[in-house]
Amino acid sequence: MNVQPMVALSGVTKTFTKGNVTALREIDLQIGPGEFVSLIGPSGCGKSTLLRLIGDLTPPTAGTVTVNGKPAPQARADHDYGMVFQDSVLFDWRTVEKNVALPLELLGWDRAKRKARVEEMLRLVELQGFGGHHPWQLSGGMQMRVAIARALSFEPSLLLMDEPFGALDEMTRERLNIELLEIWRRTESTVVFVTHSISEAVFLSTRVVVMSPRPGRIAGMVDIDLPQPRTADTREEPRFFELVTEVRELLRGVGADEHGSVLAEVSE
Amino acid sequence: MTVVAEPTRRGTVVRTIRTRAAEWIPAIVVFCLAIVAWQLIIDVFHIQKFLLPKPLAIVKAFWNERGTLWSAGWLTLKEALVGFGIGCGLAIASAVLLARFRRVSGALMPVAIAANAIPIIAFSPIFDAWFDPLSIWPRAATAAVLCFFPVFVNTLRGLTSVRPAQVELMRSYAAGEIDIFRRVRVPTALPFVFAALKVATVLAMIGAIVADYFGTFGSLGIAIKNAVSLFDFETAWAAILIASILGVALYVAVSLAERIALQWDPTRQERGSA
Amino acid sequence: MTQAATASPALARPSLSPALRRGGIRAATTLVTFAALCGLYELYHWVWASAGWTWPFPVNDTTLPHLWTIAKALGRPSGYQGPLLIVLLLHHAWFTAKEALAGFALGAVTGFVLAVALVHSRLAQRALLPYIVASQTIPILAIAPMVVVWLKSGWQSVAVIAAYLTFFPVTINVLRGLQSAEARAHELMRSYAASRWQVLWRLRVPASLPYLFTALKISATASVVGAIIGELPSSIQSGLGGAIINFNQYYSLQPENLWATNVVAALLGVAFFLAVVLAEKLVVRRAPEHLA
Repeated sequence: MNVQPMVALSGVTKTFTKGNVTALREIDLQIGPGEFVSLIGPSGCGKSTLLRLIGDLTPPTAGTVTVNGKPAPQARADHDYGMVFQDSVLFDWRTVEKNVALPLELLGWDRAKRKARVEEMLRLVELQGFGGHHPWQLSGGMQMRVAIARALSFEPSLLLMDEPFGALDEMTRERLNIELLEIWRRTESTVVFVTHSISEAVFLSTRVVVMSPRPGRIAGMVDIDLPQPRTADTREEPRFFELVTEVRELLRGVGADEHGSVLAEVSE
Repeated sequence: MTVVAEPTRRGTVVRTIRTRAAEWIPAIVVFCLAIVAWQLIIDVFHIQKFLLPKPLAIVKAFWNERGTLWSAGWLTLKEALVGFGIGCGLAIASAVLLARFRRVSGALMPVAIAANAIPIIAFSPIFDAWFDPLSIWPRAATAAVLCFFPVFVNTLRGLTSVRPAQVELMRSYAAGEIDIFRRVRVPTALPFVFAALKVATVLAMIGAIVADYFGTFGSLGIAIKNAVSLFDFETAWAAILIASILGVALYVAVSLAERIALQWDPTRQERGSA
Repeated sequence: MTQAATASPALARPSLSPALRRGGIRAATTLVTFAALCGLYELYHWVWASAGWTWPFPVNDTTLPHLWTIAKALGRPSGYQGPLLIVLLLHHAWFTAKEALAGFALGAVTGFVLAVALVHSRLAQRALLPYIVASQTIPILAIAPMVVVWLKSGWQSVAVIAAYLTFFPVTINVLRGLQSAEARAHELMRSYAASRWQVLWRLRVPASLPYLFTALKISATASVVGAIIGELPSSIQSGLGGAIINFNQYYSLQPENLWATNVVAALLGVAFFLAVVLAEKLVVRRAPEHLA
């Protein structure tokens, strides 16, 4: 990689309960700027832990995590990334506008700047006009869009997403997938995306990283060479199915180390 | 992120006892420091004894008067326990009855709130007129009235906060109302009930003592009142401390019962002792 | 790439009239229930008095005055050429209300500050919570004379006594509220590198508001009770406490006066409670199912 990687993990190990549980062992991974990388694997493979290590929400037990050329804690202090969780974690007591403005408030932006940026973000996720609503008045898909708007409000170069669409129905999911790719293109950011769904991983990513559990490690990677921009039709192309199969085979290989039934936890 | 759950091993029992005991150390440290500071402040600032007696003086008074204080404490404890039993029993029974009729219990809430706003001392003369002022009943009744409201409200809330999905599951097993009550509503309500019972223990003691204000009987409240009128503040404080210790003891007793009854509840977290 | 919006903008502002209608229905049911209870009371009186039963206690006009006697007493002068009882009681109630309000404010602020201090230190919680809980086991009536001695008789000591009863529910509930935000929300704030102060004011405190108001509802009535109790050792005549002492002395002659005083005391407590409920409606905007 000639360009400096956006995310670099080197020899990263993470254990819990005083060494009894090894979530991740000796992870080496580099993610270049502008990539869309999905992390996929059965439960217990450490993909969410890996995401949290990148975000400095938990420190590594060994190894180094570098984000945007700095150590992870520095990147967090410099607000280099935005994070989206599976349940949108919107604040009940704030309107949609104020939810999106939250990081901007913390950064000390003045009111006029905040208002302008919030409007811009709501337009980006196609929720203009809903600024005055409260989260509970919106559907699950809309809440997730608000969460994405919030994560991007201060224009981070990196987006960390932990199964953001996991709680939504399939049709909303597919729609939001296309929207997310559009946003990714427009903001020219890097995305690290954790998911349980093979087809989602293949559809969204430039590269799929397959992980295996006990201890968590990278089992393999698949470069996704599907053309951009990807549309609803992309899901029906032969190459799409080939890639899905390739990922599935990798996962099955991962699953076969255990009792084979582990594969049941990863869905289509 | 998943962390594999491990079964508890035998050695962990000793470890949990030790960690539990260790949790109390900060409180004990504070207690010792407070006593020392208390003694020092009185000496340094020459605070007169009618404002705040020295801890040692209180202990001495405690020892000298232990006969009267002990029997007074015992009597007050009895009154409080009787009141606690009656008040909580009635409260739970009413809540169980009213849980079926959501409208009625909703309508009664404001009335209960209003009744709860009447200061307990206002009940004393009325109870003295109702029951023999020389018996335990006026004080037990005061304690019962104080216990009733929190236990009633919380039991009701617990019984009605059952998740509908659980009731539906039981119905799918063709379970009758009584079965649903026993197997779903009661376990759901228990944490609420115990929380209220803990509050009620303290209220019962206070009710019993406050009720003495208008009485002439040989219990803790009278002991305090008499000591204060004689400017014997050491004895007064000794009596107050006994009242407090008894209240805490009742609270701890109910907490222990709660711990045994609710061993299955994962939402109970150790946060200090409250 | 357009989607049909699933939430119409019309939902943005809940309209006023359904809320008023619900409030009206609630008030009506309360009045009906109250009337029914009054009916039950008189029925009990009539049945027990006629049958001459003495359990749990004998029923006559002294132990259980008729409701209309109480009502009539309110309309009669309270003493020689004195004002009507109801007027007198309202004056007393106003006096007590001011003390109770001061105590309520003091107790609420103390409780809140204490909770904020405790939430930031597990150690402080373990060290201090047992004593905070134990403080409520000390009978307030016993402490009251000492408070009066320390602070000199007057409304200040009454307010302190009222605050003593008020601060505890606030402390416990606000502590719980400050800890109630989900772990993910804390992770989100961490991802923003938010400072402790920012986490406190932008996450913990807003999350704790429903809990705060639950406590304030309890404290509302507790502050009234505390104020009345506080007046007793201060020998303050002008409040409801003084009225209770006074009418207690003449209970056997005119029991209805004491009962009338109790009714007024209850109404004062309810008024405080309703004020808190109103404040809650204005301040707390939450998903309807999340209100404590």
